[in-house]
Amino acid sequence: MGSGERQSMISVEHLTKYYGEYLAVEDLTFEIGEGHVYGFLGPNGAGKTTTMNIMTGCLSASAGSVHIDGHDIFEEAEAAKKCIGYLPEQPPLYMSETPLEYLRFVGEAKGLRGQALTEQIQAVIRQTGIEAVQGRRISALSKGYRQRVGIAQALLGNPKTIILDEPTVGLDPIQIIEIRSLIKELGRSHTVVFSSHILSEVHAICDRILII
Amino acid sequence: MIAVLKHELRLYFHSLTAYVFGAFLLAFVGLGAMLYNIQAAVSNFEFVLSFGCLIFVVIVPILTMRVIAEERRQKTDQLLCALPITTTEVILGKYLALLLVYLIPLALISLYPLIFSQYGEVYLPTAYGSILAFFIMGAALIALGVFISSLTENQGLAAGIGIAAILLNYYSVSLSEYVSTTAFGSLAALCVLAVLLAVLVKYLTKNENLAYIGSGVLIVAMTGVYMYDSTLFEGLLPDIMAKLSLFERFYVFVNGVFDMTAVVYYLTVIAFFLFLSVQSLEKRRYN
Repeated sequence: MGSGERQSMISVEHLTKYYGEYLAVEDLTFEIGEGHVYGFLGPNGAGKTTTMNIMTGCLSASAGSVHIDGHDIFEEAEAAKKCIGYLPEQPPLYMSETPLEYLRFVGEAKGLRGQALTEQIQAVIRQTGIEAVQGRRISALSKGYRQRVGIAQALLGNPKTIILDEPTVGLDPIQIIEIRSLIKELGRSHTVVFSSHILSEVHAICDRILII
Repeated sequence: MIAVLKHELRLYFHSLTAYVFGAFLLAFVGLGAMLYNIQAAVSNFEFVLSFGCLIFVVIVPILTMRVIAEERRQKTDQLLCALPITTTEVILGKYLALLLVYLIPLALISLYPLIFSQYGEVYLPTAYGSILAFFIMGAALIALGVFISSLTENQGLAAGIGIAAILLNYYSVSLSEYVSTTAFGSLAALCVLAVLLAVLVKYLTKNENLAYIGSGVLIVAMTGVYMYDSTLFEGLLPDIMAKLSLFERFYVFVNGVFDMTAVVYYLTVIAFFLFLSVQSLEKRRYN
């Protein structure tokens, strides 16, 4: 890509992933630009989670490449990961900690320190609406709040791209509405990639759709 | 790495793990001090450590069983993979946190020789040399425990394998007296070890060619050496078992010799198992 040319935020080229003999993703190519909420739609077992795991550096690819804001996720993993906030399907939470302690760890791991860390933690706590539960143990929180804590950790470090893997699965209808409106709000300031196997949900939230 | 270190320390002190580890170590060393230094009126504190090192068989696996296994069970290893930190930093952060948890009771234990020296003649260089060796040996066992924890997501299984591995190492010198000292016996046992090594390499790298060709070359080379001069293999197996013992090398310090080769051996064991732990965690990306 030329230097004067506008780079895409995420560029996936000829991505293939095998689990042993099983082909999970075959020759997948797409580009995602800056801004907007992108829906990543596909039936169960289509390879959405595998693709997201590769895009975030959690999995290797059997073939192909992934660039995040121009950084190769395999060759320049650290720089690429700084551009991404990721919420896997099961929020990766430490149950014995409070949201505040958990967010402090994630923030520090993302390179935030001192006042900047404190300010960002307070900002994401406000943004995700977990002020009331920030001092409670995560094990004592409802699934909806746990999902919000998971989204809060993804927002720390102010990454350009937020990747959410089926964030509304297992939530009750009110929690689903709340999480959807939160994702829409995030789409104003970040590129959000949101996976789902429910067409109506993707239609309700997303500006653009990728079908796998 | 600092973030992981601070986080791990918080988790250890939130749960009972650090307290249980410290309490058991202090209780066992305290019991040894009472038996040797107070009741038997022996002024050598190093004998207490020699007695106390048996407790590592239980407390090291208890301390290390959750360190990576729990990350896998809770799926928080995905978070660690997605954060802009390397796997080496994760493992080093976790390992340093374990060392700090281990150092706290050891700092208290290191006061004992000074206290005893107020009431009798204590040869402090041997006592403190042994405490240093006790620390490095414990650090090597903790590195082994971290690696075992990285192999499974079941904490109980990690603890069980850890206890078995450390117990085997503890008794390896005694057991070496019962194994075959013949050249063929040693060759056969080493071939079995080469196959086990291949299984481990295959598990860690998912590379069958590397595992099988590597172990095949090793077996052919050993058989070649055996055919050339079989006397080289006589008594080799018990000798290796005795040399691999972490505890046997510690007793050299207890006898008043500060053995630098043992220190180098412990540091090599630490580096080896931490390297394997990094590879074991990295392997998840390739599954």
